[in-house]
Amino acid sequence: MKDNQQIVSRLDWISVALYLLFIFVGWSNIYSAVYDPEAPLGIFDPSFYETNAGKQLIWIATSMILITLIFALDFRFFESFATAIYGLLILSLILVPFLGVTINGSHSWFKFGGTTIQPAEFAKTATALLLAKYINNIQVNLTQWKDQKNVAFIIALPMLLIIASNETGSALVFGSFLILLYREGLQAEFPVLFISTVTLFVLALILPPLHILIILLVLAVILIAFLPIYSRRAYQTYLKIALAIGLIMSIVLVVDFFVNNVLKEHQRNRIKVLLDPNFDKRGLGYQVTQSKIAIGSGGLWGKGFLQGTQTKFDFVPEQSTDFIFCTIGEEHGLVGVTVVILLFMGFLWRLMFLADQQRTRFARAYGYGVVGIIFFHFLVNVGMTIGLMPIMGIPLPFFSYGGSSLWSFTILLFIFLKLDAHRSDTLSR
Amino acid sequence: MFEERKRIIFLFFIVIAAIFIAKLLYLQVFDDTYTKAADNNAIRKIIQVPFRGEVYDRNKKLIVYNTPIYDLYVIPRKVILKDTSRFCQLFGITKGFFDTTMRQAKAYSRVKPYLFLKHLSKEDFARAQDAMVDFPGFSFQTNAFRTYQYKALSNALGYVAEINPEALLEQNSEYYNQGDFVGVSGLEYFYEESLRGQRGIKYRMVNSNGIEKGDFKSGKLDIQPIAGDNLYTSIDIQMQQYADSLMQHKVGSVVAIEPATGEILAMVSAPSYDPSLLAGRNFSKYYQTLALDPMKPLLNRPPSAYYRPGSTFKLIQALVGLQLGALTPNSVFTHAGSPVKCHVHNTSHNDLHNAIQWSCNPYFYHAFRKILYDQTQGNTYQRSAQGLQRWSELVANFGIGRKLGVDLSNEKKGNLPNVEYYNKIYKGENTWKFSNIYSLSIGEGELVVSPLKMANVAAIIANRGWYIPPHIVRGVGESRIIDPFYQTKIPVGIDAKHFGVVIQGMKDAVQHGTVGSDGRIPDIEMCGKTGTSQNQKGKDHSIFIAFAPKENPKIAIAVFVENAGFGGFAAAPIASLIIEKYLKGRVDRKDVETKFLNMSYMSNVMSVVGSKSSKIKTDSTKK
Repeated sequence: MKDNQQIVSRLDWISVALYLLFIFVGWSNIYSAVYDPEAPLGIFDPSFYETNAGKQLIWIATSMILITLIFALDFRFFESFATAIYGLLILSLILVPFLGVTINGSHSWFKFGGTTIQPAEFAKTATALLLAKYINNIQVNLTQWKDQKNVAFIIALPMLLIIASNETGSALVFGSFLILLYREGLQAEFPVLFISTVTLFVLALILPPLHILIILLVLAVILIAFLPIYSRRAYQTYLKIALAIGLIMSIVLVVDFFVNNVLKEHQRNRIKVLLDPNFDKRGLGYQVTQSKIAIGSGGLWGKGFLQGTQTKFDFVPEQSTDFIFCTIGEEHGLVGVTVVILLFMGFLWRLMFLADQQRTRFARAYGYGVVGIIFFHFLVNVGMTIGLMPIMGIPLPFFSYGGSSLWSFTILLFIFLKLDAHRSDTLSR
Repeated sequence: MFEERKRIIFLFFIVIAAIFIAKLLYLQVFDDTYTKAADNNAIRKIIQVPFRGEVYDRNKKLIVYNTPIYDLYVIPRKVILKDTSRFCQLFGITKGFFDTTMRQAKAYSRVKPYLFLKHLSKEDFARAQDAMVDFPGFSFQTNAFRTYQYKALSNALGYVAEINPEALLEQNSEYYNQGDFVGVSGLEYFYEESLRGQRGIKYRMVNSNGIEKGDFKSGKLDIQPIAGDNLYTSIDIQMQQYADSLMQHKVGSVVAIEPATGEILAMVSAPSYDPSLLAGRNFSKYYQTLALDPMKPLLNRPPSAYYRPGSTFKLIQALVGLQLGALTPNSVFTHAGSPVKCHVHNTSHNDLHNAIQWSCNPYFYHAFRKILYDQTQGNTYQRSAQGLQRWSELVANFGIGRKLGVDLSNEKKGNLPNVEYYNKIYKGENTWKFSNIYSLSIGEGELVVSPLKMANVAAIIANRGWYIPPHIVRGVGESRIIDPFYQTKIPVGIDAKHFGVVIQGMKDAVQHGTVGSDGRIPDIEMCGKTGTSQNQKGKDHSIFIAFAPKENPKIAIAVFVENAGFGGFAAAPIASLIIEKYLKGRVDRKDVETKFLNMSYMSNVMSVVGSKSSKIKTDSTKK
């Protein structure tokens, strides 16, 4: 009992409070999204539990059980069994194409009785655990190729398996481990390269290669004009610039080729929708257009709880799952969404703060893994509802409807909070 | 190790959050296209058109009302039909029609209402109403047609039709939508804003499939429809019908006014049409026919048709001369020296009374010259201009050459030539004189009037010098609102003392003057004046204006019969019959009545209706 009391007092209640707040706000927006003004259902009505709001209530309740289970385990369990957990998830990712069922065109779900579970959702947690465990080794130095290679393997294995089951969106989440690795010593060049590649990628899509070449040449001339005289005379300078331009142009051409010849039609169109808001408004652009209409019509203060017309009447597909942010935008306006965004920032700040307090590298690295995953979901989910990101089936953590998603985020977060609650039980190095 | 990196990471987060908030600020606050798009998406505005106001006559007899008609709509998805044959029997349709229409409805939409049967009558509706519980998926929508109790007054009432595209673009407010009905002519046009009532608006929410999902904001923004205001007219529908029957087989107008109030008692435009033809589903078919008819049944002649006043104008001439002091009751002129001819009458003592009684053309030729030249200076050109100036100012007071402001569409100004007018015609000042314009003296030349104006002139004389603008509606709505304009006495600037001799002349014109025996009512003192209006094509138009009784007049009237010749022939007897009917409630002169009910002037009628008098001076004046 003494142990339990200690846990309660050591638990970071700020994070828990934010977690509960997110879940509650998320649920009330799911309720609003499925609310039918002609036939309102009370929460004691049995048919209420056939709606998303009712089912989410069950998911929330079971999440509480999961939290209790996590806290019942020894905190050392997660480090010790990280490899086993990872192995189990990899196995289930391999098995899901054979034993799973198809939901929404994605063959990545296990069915247990009435509930469906998507192993991809849990693979993130397992990967974060194994990465943390690997980095925990005092000899690991992420600036060295040997360790970089191992880390890349740990991340790439589940990623490729998930891509194989046609869940590109979920696979991209693994890119968020760059934050963990960067925090743990990976050279800044990697994330910088990553971001520049993405920027170049977007530029290559918007502009024809010839325009990019002209821009680069203009930039080169300006650069040369500002260089000191001695380096202007050295032929190496020109060689370097020519090499840089050549490299950039080859990337551009590769992207161009990739988009037009390698990407599948639906993937290419998703990118086109992103770049051109008026592309195929009735078809592929429909979701984004309707999503923007829903959010845009919310105005400064929103239409009020249960007053949203766009979200309630099914104008936005995937209403209570991936597009739950629309409901918030429509019913609670700019004020509501700003509060949600700021709360997310505060939550991430708090988790980073906690992570930096950890005495073991394992707990800290895992903490940054959690921060990265949550941030990446936030980035892509909110970005796609307001037309800044292509549409990927990625939920908003804690807000979106869905058992797998809520469970996996709960597990992800509470393993870290459990570790944090025991940080004084470990020796600092 | 790498402590500073957490700041870089968090800075990155903050940048992303800031970009998102900026984008949301733009989406939600600065760009309002999304709000509009959302309303288009989810809110359906349902317009509820109220019943148009009804129209009553002066004795509260209903003239125009609305008949509800019913359209049957179907929502295919909701249809559960166990007994199709019973359904078909109920609505009198065949199985084949049912199947075809259902197929069309399904092709249109499974969830949206589709017009299944159009324009069901009240009887059909009543029969089907109770049975409808057995036919889910079918529902009625109410609509209304204008319905007419009498086949009279069509042109004055006007008609209602779908708003045309030009009017739709021209409207100041955004009130009308395509397909809306609007008053096009007559009272329907003039009182459109009162008659139409106030439309209700219901806001319903619809989901992405277009299925209604309840009231928007619990109906707080809804507007209840308010039925249109009724029009209470001054028309005596019985007299109107009687006047209509007398104008059968004739082209022309009858306007009867109550002098003391300016209220129009009857207004006939002949030939006319059955008003019910232009109400309802066959509008376009009948409208085509009517619009192409050379007899122009759609023209409302009383306020819109153009005629020369002919000799009826001599009354105004006499009054103006008396007021200006150019004439006295004792002024005497002979036939000598007049280019206009006269028929034979006693000219031994040709004073003003005699001249009116016998409609003496030379008298008014000389009188008009005196009116122009009296108390003027300079040469004859200058004197003519000065004289015409003051003459036209007084004549204008009678409503000649301007609108009276009757509550109907398309009232025409007519024409009163004045100094500027002739300066323009003869290209310059002092280029014309009395000898160029003397046709005016007997109401020919460039003068143009409408039957309504001449009825009003009769009312002015009956009132001895004033009128109230003629109007058909005495009250709008239950509170009987009326524009104060229609209650204001307008003096014409002629002293009451000058009317005695004119009225006496009118009385004797009827008793033993230009009016024949058919135009005399034995026991009623009617004062009248005949007129014969020259026109370009065909026989002269027959005109008669009158009021009765002489003292305390109850009715003033103008009758125009086209191509019927001399005014005493056709117009005067018809006017006398209408007056007799109105004042006595019956007509004792059955022989006269029968004669004019059956009289036809159609063989004389050519396509002369509405043709303006020529600007070219016609000298061949007579009568």
